[in-house]
Amino acid sequence: MTTTARRRRPARSHLRRSRGLNMALLLVATLLVLFPFLWMVSIAFTPADQAFRDVSLFPSDPTLENFTTALTVGNLDRAFLNSTVVALVAVATNCVVTVSAGYAFAHLPFRGSTVLFYCLLATAAIPVAVTLIPLFLMVSSVPFAGGNDALGRGGSGLIDTLGGLSIPYLVGTMSIFLARQFFLSMSRDLAEAARIDGASELRIFRSVYLPLSTPIIAVVAVFAFTGVWDDLLWPLVISSSPRSQTVQLALTGFSQSGNIQYGPLMAAALLVTLPVLVVFLFNQRHFISGLSEGAVKG
Amino acid sequence: MLLVAPAALYVAIFQIVPVVYGLILSFTEYTPLQRGAPTFVGLKNYLALLGDSDFLGALWVTARYTLQVLPPTVAIALVLAMLANRPFRGVGIFRSALYVPHIVSLTAVSMVWLWMYSQNGLFNEILGVLDMSPQRWLNEPSSALNGVSAMRIWKALGSNMVLLLAGLQTIPKTLYEAASIDGAGAWHRFRHVTLPGLRPMLVYVIATDIIYLSQSFAEIFVLTSGGPLKSTTTVNYLIYTEAFEHSNMGSASAMAFVLFAFIAGLTLIALRGGRER
Repeated sequence: MTTTARRRRPARSHLRRSRGLNMALLLVATLLVLFPFLWMVSIAFTPADQAFRDVSLFPSDPTLENFTTALTVGNLDRAFLNSTVVALVAVATNCVVTVSAGYAFAHLPFRGSTVLFYCLLATAAIPVAVTLIPLFLMVSSVPFAGGNDALGRGGSGLIDTLGGLSIPYLVGTMSIFLARQFFLSMSRDLAEAARIDGASELRIFRSVYLPLSTPIIAVVAVFAFTGVWDDLLWPLVISSSPRSQTVQLALTGFSQSGNIQYGPLMAAALLVTLPVLVVFLFNQRHFISGLSEGAVKG
Repeated sequence: MLLVAPAALYVAIFQIVPVVYGLILSFTEYTPLQRGAPTFVGLKNYLALLGDSDFLGALWVTARYTLQVLPPTVAIALVLAMLANRPFRGVGIFRSALYVPHIVSLTAVSMVWLWMYSQNGLFNEILGVLDMSPQRWLNEPSSALNGVSAMRIWKALGSNMVLLLAGLQTIPKTLYEAASIDGAGAWHRFRHVTLPGLRPMLVYVIATDIIYLSQSFAEIFVLTSGGPLKSTTTVNYLIYTEAFEHSNMGSASAMAFVLFAFIAGLTLIALRGGRER
């Protein structure tokens, strides 16, 4: 436990030794944590005929055949397109709606805005299972969609469409909260100066605060993207054919057969994971600040 | 106010209306396939759940799963956070690497563990090297839930570590120095400086973990489909099968509200236990 704190006047060699031990432990832990992923990559590149014997962490003759199988056998290409479309829509709506709402809650209070804010925030605590069934029934009875009449009966509504699929992802309540916290930490002086100059409130938001809010927009975008990309339950419920399948749903298709082909399965899992991993690598700060902001200030 | 309207409207239509609709549904019998309307049955669904061994079993599985994943993942994450809290060159790489399991979807990581638990998978290879007989990890009612739990402990480490690390960094260094001057050993510094300073974050981590863990679905769907012999059927998984395989929307809604109360109860216990004394 000497790792958490340095002694007041530590002997140099002692400090170096404990630091070395600290790093070694961390290295071992990190390797253990990453171990399953190393196997995922390894099996994805192992030829199918070797997949059940002599699997090793470093395949002797690596191959890309599992990737071509994954893309042709499953519905992965279409699923990629579907997930990308829904994710982009969700990113766009979240960035516009939650950032502006967060700004208004922080800087343009109106009568009842605090109560409204806490009402919105409280909905974040509702388990998915509670809204799952009603949302499904609501989506299936959207009037004039999917063969429905004006009262939403007779057809399938927006079931098995990208529109129905995107509904739960459009506005994230946590993102409204994070945006509000972000704008609360920004000075009001800027707005005051612009107000004296006669700028409209919308103009102040657009020209003064928005250019400064790239960090929160990045956090909201990352949340919205991973929210769509990684979800399984809602697509499972709403999609009934390949035309509205998402990546995670297509992925489960590889594991539901009796005789699982682990090579293509791992290749597919790797392909599905790659976009999130790339977003993470380029946005690490925002991933992590989004996570801890909510905690520290909540 | 105009800026808030879209968000408020969305939440009202797609969050609040469904909750009310769901509550109403939970007092009805409704099978959409029969094209009929929901029929009001009062408390019948809830009363039936009291004697429903499948539901009570699922509630027990959910409680066990949550409570056996939570302590190890928080403890290990705390150790990792303390290891990664020390500034040295390259510590950022470790922090990011340890976070990776969190950002990969539950579905994808479950696939990897499905292989690790498979007949010729990693765990049986290791047993083979140790001259032990292979296990049917996920196919035995006695071990399946533990198998899924091990995966989830690993999966939850990243986010917990990052949060606890953020918590550790809010503890002033001077407190440790003062404790050292007073002659406090490593354990006492941990017990009397680290833990109290970390309390708010620890409570937050435990509460959010409870909320996520008690709604487990994807890993169950991929790894075990709730089996064998329903030994891994969580409430969320049962709700899914009840509503979308058996088309009993009324009783599934009632289950959802009982789960809601269950989660709220567990979370409140955690929050109360974590209050400053």
